[in-house]
Amino acid sequence: MDTSHLFASGHSACPGCGQAIAARLVLRATGKDVIIANPTGCLEIFSSNYTASSWEVPWIHSLFENAAPVASGIESALKATGRLDKITVIAQGGDGAMADIGLGALSGTWERGHDILTICYDNEAYMNTGIQRSGLTPYDASTTTSPAGEVSLGNPRLKKDLPQIAVAHGLPYVATASVGYPQDLDKKVKKAVSIRGPKYIQIHVPCPLGWRHDSALSIDIARLAVQTGLFPIIEIEAGQLTSARKIGKKRGVEEYLRPQGRFRHLFESPAGQQELKKIQEIADRNIERYGLIRAG
Amino acid sequence: MAPRMIRGAQAVAEAAALCRPQVISAYPITPQTVIVEELAQMIANGKLEAEFVNVESEHSAASVVLGASATGVRVYTASSSQGLLLMSEVLYNIAGMRLPVVLTCANRSVSAPLNIWNDQQDSISLRDSGCLQFYAENNQEAVDLLLLAYRVAEDHGVMLPALVCVDGFLLPHAYEAVDVPEPKEVDAFLPPYQPLYRLDPDEPLTFGAYAEPDKYMEARYMMQRAQEKAISVIQEAGHSFEKVFGRPISALMERYRMDDASTALVAMGSVIGTIKDVVDELRSQGQRVGALKIVTYRPFPKELIYHALKEMENIIVLDKAVSLGSGGPLATEIRAAFQGSPQPPRVSGVIAGLGGRDITMDTIKRIISQAQKEVLEAEFVDLREDMELEGVD
Ligand SMILES: Cc1ncc(C[n+]2csc(CCOP(=O)(O)OP(=O)(O)O)c2C)c(N)n1
Ligand SMILES: [Mg+2]
Repeated sequence: MDTSHLFASGHSACPGCGQAIAARLVLRATGKDVIIANPTGCLEIFSSNYTASSWEVPWIHSLFENAAPVASGIESALKATGRLDKITVIAQGGDGAMADIGLGALSGTWERGHDILTICYDNEAYMNTGIQRSGLTPYDASTTTSPAGEVSLGNPRLKKDLPQIAVAHGLPYVATASVGYPQDLDKKVKKAVSIRGPKYIQIHVPCPLGWRHDSALSIDIARLAVQTGLFPIIEIEAGQLTSARKIGKKRGVEEYLRPQGRFRHLFESPAGQQELKKIQEIADRNIERYGLIRAG
Repeated sequence: MAPRMIRGAQAVAEAAALCRPQVISAYPITPQTVIVEELAQMIANGKLEAEFVNVESEHSAASVVLGASATGVRVYTASSSQGLLLMSEVLYNIAGMRLPVVLTCANRSVSAPLNIWNDQQDSISLRDSGCLQFYAENNQEAVDLLLLAYRVAEDHGVMLPALVCVDGFLLPHAYEAVDVPEPKEVDAFLPPYQPLYRLDPDEPLTFGAYAEPDKYMEARYMMQRAQEKAISVIQEAGHSFEKVFGRPISALMERYRMDDASTALVAMGSVIGTIKDVVDELRSQGQRVGALKIVTYRPFPKELIYHALKEMENIIVLDKAVSLGSGGPLATEIRAAFQGSPQPPRVSGVIAGLGGRDITMDTIKRIISQAQKEVLEAEFVDLREDMELEGVD
């Protein structure tokens, strides 16, 4: 069955929006028997301007921090009426919604064991309100609330490890994916849907406006994040690492950082140059931790 | 059924169960907790079949019933005070999405200072949310109004959430004789919920789209009209209630010994019981005093209230809440009801019983004699005189 139309065109996402592409890929993988709860954020705004909607599946937006508990209610209602077998409930939203303001509610939803697929479209900042820092903004990225300046090198904190927080809840399936690897993403979504209980997939989605890169480069940038080791794409099933996409030939982080305006300041001062080394160390730690380079 | 001596929380929980909610969300807060505990026990004992969702906050308690209601099932939850305030963002949203969620509010003061006792500041703060609001005088009304609330909220001409407010501790924790109706009577009064729209893959719809300035106002206007329409729906539901259950219900308001009265006390909730005792006593002494109980606060039945009060010389409105910087919320609205009338009655407003302070018969008698002498603007009654009040001169 052709499911490519379930997230219809005609929405108002920016050119090169990684989230719009990923949302379409997710629905192509799930098919039509889903109900989606979607928090406030770019995806919600560009897809549902009353009286128009891109959603050819049942879809609800309530607030910014409550997509997971709204999905809990949907799932509970389906259970109560014997319809849960046929329908996949999805809570999907941005990094701000899922990793920050909605994290307590998401934790409750995971802990209760609802049969819900949670998806975080990780564009690494609050984009809808104009590129403010979130808990998933990477180290040193310049955003409007963590700007680079005379005495600042951008965001001073490391990206919060939401997948490991999910693992700590005992989720049967946790994965990261990238819009740069659509087949991998497709496989992961299909696998998640086939598993009962709470599932979590975090999808890395470039935002040309927020990351300040050429809108034609979104997919390349997404792939570079994986190939440098800065965004490993992995699967953790019942607490065990079961897959990690290997890096063929290791790329230095500068290759990923240089085309993005949010990291430009790192290339403009000696202090910035020092920071590049630290970011390389972050990538190297990921490579080590997840065994991203084939031994031998 | 014959009335039984039961605790208010049990009566409310039994009434909620009789409405056959399919999803219930629960989060503890005094004095509401006793209600959801009763429901949990009913489910544990196999007496009620429903998905019982133990959430991690009231924000999620409201969000869970929002999601379930949008999926087309009847839902229930309850809260108080800080919990209700934490829900408030979601309750506004539920109202705007036109979902007939029904909850019981066990009324409690709001912090600070932290205080767990009764007043009505919590639900009054949700005055403008779009939720219907009913206030019970006793546990019988806590039961009856819950049944009524579902029927009105789910009426296709209304489709708004409803709060049934019961004074914390004074009702949920009190043992009173309550007639909890038979299931088949309730089924006759309250048919299964028929959603207008629901989340369903076979008929995919978008809920909660955002509206630009060229459309937003229409959505809010429709809510205002639905609130107005609810007045007649409540009246009609009240008549039907009397037919089905064979006993009366005061759905919008209750006039108590108002014929030939020249002074009327106006209030909401359990304090009306005390006020009625005062009215009886003063009547026996020949004073022409009556009481008007406001049951439905949203929609505000202002025309009925106007007609019930227009012949009065003195109206005394007792608020168990205060709009800080203005005065008693109910008093303000009663005064507004007489705006432009040729000979408006004197309307006094008093703030009483905040944070669980007793409102005694003596208090009420004192207020009456004071208000007969001068108009009280927003008088805090029974303030202590032995406490230094910093910054007050
Ligand atoms: C309670 C609340 N606080 C703040 C906002 C403002 N707000 C709306 S969307 C948004 C940012 C969304 O960021 P994210 O979840 O990362 O999604 P993105 O837009 O980046 O895809 C914010 C801060 C809100 N709507 N509600
Ligand atoms: Mg974001």
